[in-house]
Amino acid sequence: MEWFGRGGQRSRAVTTANEDRFKALKEIIVPTDLAAVKQPEQAILEEAARCGYCENAVFAIKLALEEAIVNAIRHGNKLDPKKHISVRYEVTPERIVIEVRDEGNGFKPHAIPDPTEPDFIDRPHGRGIMLMRAYLDEVQFCETGNMVRLVKHKEGSEPGRPEDEPYVK
Amino acid sequence: MAAQPERLKVNAFGDVSVVEFSDRKILDELCILEIQEELSKLVEATTTGKLLLSFKNVEHLSSAALGMLVTLKKQLEEKDGRLRLSDINPQIFEVFKITRLNRVFDIHPSVDKARVGF
Repeated sequence: MEWFGRGGQRSRAVTTANEDRFKALKEIIVPTDLAAVKQPEQAILEEAARCGYCENAVFAIKLALEEAIVNAIRHGNKLDPKKHISVRYEVTPERIVIEVRDEGNGFKPHAIPDPTEPDFIDRPHGRGIMLMRAYLDEVQFCETGNMVRLVKHKEGSEPGRPEDEPYVK
Repeated sequence: MAAQPERLKVNAFGDVSVVEFSDRKILDELCILEIQEELSKLVEATTTGKLLLSFKNVEHLSSAALGMLVTLKKQLEEKDGRLRLSDINPQIFEVFKITRLNRVFDIHPSVDKARVGF
């Protein structure tokens, strides 16, 4: 499977050669239900705590996982209760890898407009992918767009934009 | 006396309605829908249109919560009201910075400072 995308601050394509490295991922399958995020979130965060991930890394994983699963439920499976979401994951002392797959038709990540542009800044939607990319080291979508792979390195970069903005606008 | 909304704690300081979130995590959409409904009722009920949201209890936030805030700001402005935010912890403020919403919202360090000149 070909993967496309970029991380917040680290960009690289992952090809089929790397698939074998992820065969040992654990899998939790959840229904298309907005409350479903809790089960995989709890399992992954418990393992992250055991592996000594810091508060900021846990915050990043929690935020990104919530965004990925809500996207899968709302935009992928379109709230169809007959469909499911697969969450595959591996937590090691070095990194956390999560794959979220839905049963939808996928989408083109590059077609999503930048929500910080003046024309989009006051829209209520469209910030989820941006947040995932800001907080994680790698965010990659499969070719069909119905699976996203999230990677957070324990010693990964800090979130956010390079410029330092004041607290009050 | 009217019952307090479940997801929010509302206090009046002069002509400013100060709202605190009961939830520490404003992440999941079900919770956000309920908060949005309660905030919409507050906007409808307000006579001064001055709403101050304190994030002092909030530890987590999602893009859906940001969308809710954008919608709330619009609702208030349609009524010539104003929205201010306060007590946003550094981790949550980072989310505002990344999405550049720190430039859209009127953000203050504390409720007391936010009330000045409101």
